[in-house]
Amino acid sequence: MTRIEFQGVTKRFGEVVALHPTHLAIEAGEFFTLLGPSGSGKSTLLRILTGLEQPTEGRLLFDGEDVTRMPPWKRGCAMVFQNYALYPHMTVAQNIAYPLKIRKMPAPEQNARVEEVAASLSIGHLLQRKPGQLSGGQQQRVALARALAQKPRVFLFDEPLSNLDARLRLEARVFLKQLQAELKVTSIYVTHDQTEAMALSDRMAILEFGHLRQVGSPGEVYHRPASPFVATFIGHPPANILEAELLPDGMALGKSRVERPDSELEGKVHLAVRPEHIVWDAEGHLDARVVTCEDFGHEMWITVDLDGQHAVLRRFQPLAPGTVGRVRLQIEKLTVFSPPAPA
Amino acid sequence: MIQRVIVALAGLFFALPLVWLLIAPFSKTATYHLHVPNPTLHNFAQVLGTEGALKAFGNSLLMSSASMVLVTVLACLAGYALSRRSFRGRDLTLYLLVLFSSVVTGVAAIVPLFTLLLDLHLLDTYLGVILALSGGLLPSGLFILKDFVDALPRSYEEASLVDGATPWLTFRYVAAPMLGGGAAVVALLTFVNAWGNFLTPYILLRSQGMYPASVAIYGFFNEVGLPFVNVIAAYSLLYTLPVLALYLIIQKVFGFKLAGGIKG
Repeated sequence: MTRIEFQGVTKRFGEVVALHPTHLAIEAGEFFTLLGPSGSGKSTLLRILTGLEQPTEGRLLFDGEDVTRMPPWKRGCAMVFQNYALYPHMTVAQNIAYPLKIRKMPAPEQNARVEEVAASLSIGHLLQRKPGQLSGGQQQRVALARALAQKPRVFLFDEPLSNLDARLRLEARVFLKQLQAELKVTSIYVTHDQTEAMALSDRMAILEFGHLRQVGSPGEVYHRPASPFVATFIGHPPANILEAELLPDGMALGKSRVERPDSELEGKVHLAVRPEHIVWDAEGHLDARVVTCEDFGHEMWITVDLDGQHAVLRRFQPLAPGTVGRVRLQIEKLTVFSPPAPA
Repeated sequence: MIQRVIVALAGLFFALPLVWLLIAPFSKTATYHLHVPNPTLHNFAQVLGTEGALKAFGNSLLMSSASMVLVTVLACLAGYALSRRSFRGRDLTLYLLVLFSSVVTGVAAIVPLFTLLLDLHLLDTYLGVILALSGGLLPSGLFILKDFVDALPRSYEEASLVDGATPWLTFRYVAAPMLGGGAAVVALLTFVNAWGNFLTPYILLRSQGMYPASVAIYGFFNEVGLPFVNVIAAYSLLYTLPVLALYLIIQKVFGFKLAGGIKG
């Protein structure tokens, strides 16, 4: 159980700023996700955590102890790499035992630990194989076993599921979450897949262009996004962004007037509206025309045209393209942002 | 069709000396002709009966093997370091190495080498020859291995560092085993070059008893420089065998395949 704190951590590669000053605290025992598109700085943050990369400025604390300059091999982290990085010349058993051997654990204990971990991950029958003879899912489990066997103070995951096929990924996700809940080891998980982040995390940080955009639980980032970027990055389908104008006594949306949301802004604004908060309703206050209807079996994603602005809504019954009707926005659930500054 | 005929003729032309090398040693009266009336092992007996002939092979083996080990180990360490570590002046160092290793070689280097070894009291010693041979072969070995390391993904080593291994242990347990194929190429190259080198041992050694096979072969010429062809032929065949054996062993062990195994 280790509490991790980034204090003003910055990383520059020459002229390029990979990470702007970042303050972030990860609580002991938390499952914390770093979420962002490629180039957002999430992997840089993780590499600084491992010690493979040194921050340009700032400090990194483990339980209050400054570990900024501590080399990777003294930090007691265990990491699962995106490509697993299983040592190709060692058997599965040697791979799992490697961190133990390095720490000079007596051989009988090593073997016991390897067998225990292998059994818990159902890879006991693979111990004498070489990594090249394993399937992707098996390699992933071996990589996980190598991390588990160390009983580390911090678990690090660098997109560990991205090389698995969709079905295996779901299985592995549930397995990881269960495992972490049992072990209660502080875990940092890096991904660009918001579904994974939502499913796994206690809390998450969303990064963009090396800036920390928001930190919060899945519910918080979903319902109270801090920026239009977060609103559109989180959610499947993502939130709709609609242009509107706040007036003293209401809000103008296209040609229609609706109730004014709770906001201190005035004039032109952007609204982030979740698809489930747009309701197809004959009593609604906005004219809508169905553009397309995507049928997922359990739900429909319906793209509608609201006075020239497209929006996606979620519904159980299908609607034929071309259907004209009305929709109602759940004003109390939408988020208001000031429009982006003109470039 | 015409092209094939030309290629075949050219191939035949260049194969002739090799055929001669396989045939002549077994002929009692070897000339530069390509026919053997009645095969005999007499020439080999004569070679092995010559005083110092076996010793010369032993000398060759000692100096070539030592150079091979020295160059391979140093090239692995230096190639790894030059690939993985960036430090001030790295590119300049590499550039100078290329320059000197390709420009200042062979005859051009032999006079300064001679004086250097003279001052170090290493003339007429095995060590002197081994160092001189290794020095000449190290740069090319180093480049081969640096390129080889450049092509290895870093995540293996990064995984090892995070797993708790120091850089030295990481090199020893993770990087070095994956260098096998590259190291084998360098080892073979070094051995072949050292084995075949005539000039360096000829100049740096005085005592006939220390001559390697490449130099000792001149014992089979008479006072006016005429060769005893049948003995030289037998000697030459024996001379090629260790290199051939080494090549086969390395081929068998490594197959010259590169290590892979990362899940992309």
